[in-house]
Amino acid sequence: MTNVPKPPPSSEITPEAAWADRRRFLKNSLLFAATAAGVGGGLVWLTGGARGRGQGPRAAATAGELGALRPSPYSTDEPMTPYAETTTYNNFYELGLEKGDPSRLAGTLKPRPWTVAIGGEVRRPQTVDIDALLRWFPLEERVYRMRCVEGWSMVIPWDGFPLAALLARVEPTSAARYVAFTSLLDPAQLPGQRSGVLDWPYVEGLRLDEAMNPLAILAVGLYGRPLPGQNGAPLRLVVPWKYGFKGVKSIVKITLTRDQPSTTWSIAGPEEYGFYANVNPAVDHPRWSQATERRIGEVKRRPTLPFNGYAEQVAGLYAGMDLRRYF
Amino acid sequence: MTAAPRAAGRRPWLKPAVFAGALVPLSVLLARAARGTLGANPIAEALNELGLTALVLLIASLACTPAREVLGWTSAIGLRRMLGLFAFFYASLHFATYIGLDQGLRLTAVFADVTKRKFIFVGFAAFVLLVPLAATSTAASVQRLGFVRWKRLHRLAYAAAILGVTHFFLRVKKDVSEPAVYAAVLALLFAARIYVGLRDRRPRVPVATSSRARPTP
Repeated sequence: MTNVPKPPPSSEITPEAAWADRRRFLKNSLLFAATAAGVGGGLVWLTGGARGRGQGPRAAATAGELGALRPSPYSTDEPMTPYAETTTYNNFYELGLEKGDPSRLAGTLKPRPWTVAIGGEVRRPQTVDIDALLRWFPLEERVYRMRCVEGWSMVIPWDGFPLAALLARVEPTSAARYVAFTSLLDPAQLPGQRSGVLDWPYVEGLRLDEAMNPLAILAVGLYGRPLPGQNGAPLRLVVPWKYGFKGVKSIVKITLTRDQPSTTWSIAGPEEYGFYANVNPAVDHPRWSQATERRIGEVKRRPTLPFNGYAEQVAGLYAGMDLRRYF
Repeated sequence: MTAAPRAAGRRPWLKPAVFAGALVPLSVLLARAARGTLGANPIAEALNELGLTALVLLIASLACTPAREVLGWTSAIGLRRMLGLFAFFYASLHFATYIGLDQGLRLTAVFADVTKRKFIFVGFAAFVLLVPLAATSTAASVQRLGFVRWKRLHRLAYAAAILGVTHFFLRVKKDVSEPAVYAAVLALLFAARIYVGLRDRRPRVPVATSSRARPTP
């Protein structure tokens, strides 16, 4: 303890100016790093780069298989969009506005117990439990193109049954001309409904002859697994010749009506979203072209086909109609 | 502090730090592209992030003058040119991604888009307005044009920002809350400019004729 080191010779003492310089250098380095990190982090945060707002987490596939599925002549043999993309790139405003939100937030949506009320202009109105409904019809696999009104598309193997089969079972009256579909209204399960971005619940509709077309199905699964919440569990509409927003999700009510139902997007933007919403490369969205689309997973845009390539099956439904007016 | 201020001023770290920070969004984007984590629609994701970064930087460059005049933060003015040039840099990448990747260099489709679609036209116009500003960003240009003319020309940055925010409004399908935030910030910057203009004019009013006498300092 008494061994105190000798003070260094004065020649080794750092000159005060150099000492100040080093302190200044350190201080400036720290300020540089902090400012750069702040500016960079702030920019990434503001522009969504960190959140990866384009896609949600790649959750494991929902457990539980749907069992035997009948193949369908209506299926396309185009390469399918992978399960991961199909279930993480979704528009489901009830679960958030960004594409990745629904898969992140779908945990709040409880697809069981679930009932569907079928009524209106039918002889046999009824409220049916989803599991009973699933036993009414054999499930088919339908690999369909899905074209979003935003200009992107997927190929999705849906599992479901023809809408026509369900309608036949409840026996529409002769007065029935339209079918309206209503989504679940429950802000606890669908927290996006707390925002007023759209009128809730989400309502979509079809003309009865469109609904009876064999291409129109109600889907309960995809890729042989029960529908994940973000894709519209437990029951959704799939009408592949129309823009994706017609595919109303998490259906609780199906009503046959005399008059054309008011549908959610046509209320929100009547100039931009019509009741028919048939995929049509010749009729542009007022703000962007519908002539081409980007298939998810591809770089180059591909031409959009009339009725999304299903003209052979559905063009007859619109014979004589001005599709520019009834867009 | 007796040391004479160097050329970089009292905060030599500031400009290099903002420079490095402004490159972070591009680095993150490239890293995510390389790792394949840009999501199911990577081109749309890149377009969104590049465009939004350009808009944020453009608004940040417009905030520099009010920051000095209202908040007294004199260092901000030294960042204005760099922020403006970075805004142009990101806008160029955004535009190049749209033409090269989104439209696959189909120039007829791009031409049709620009001329027919308000959404694309407004974004294109914002970009075009930035070109002369970037081209005359040097000190030599200020001398050649004369400060008054140069300053007048560079007010186009406000027009570009308004067009940029409009482009953002037109892009969203329904929820306009995020573009509305940018519009509000821009409005605030306008308000600051008007405030500064009024404040600086006041001393010219002769005290004797002014109805509202101010306390003498």
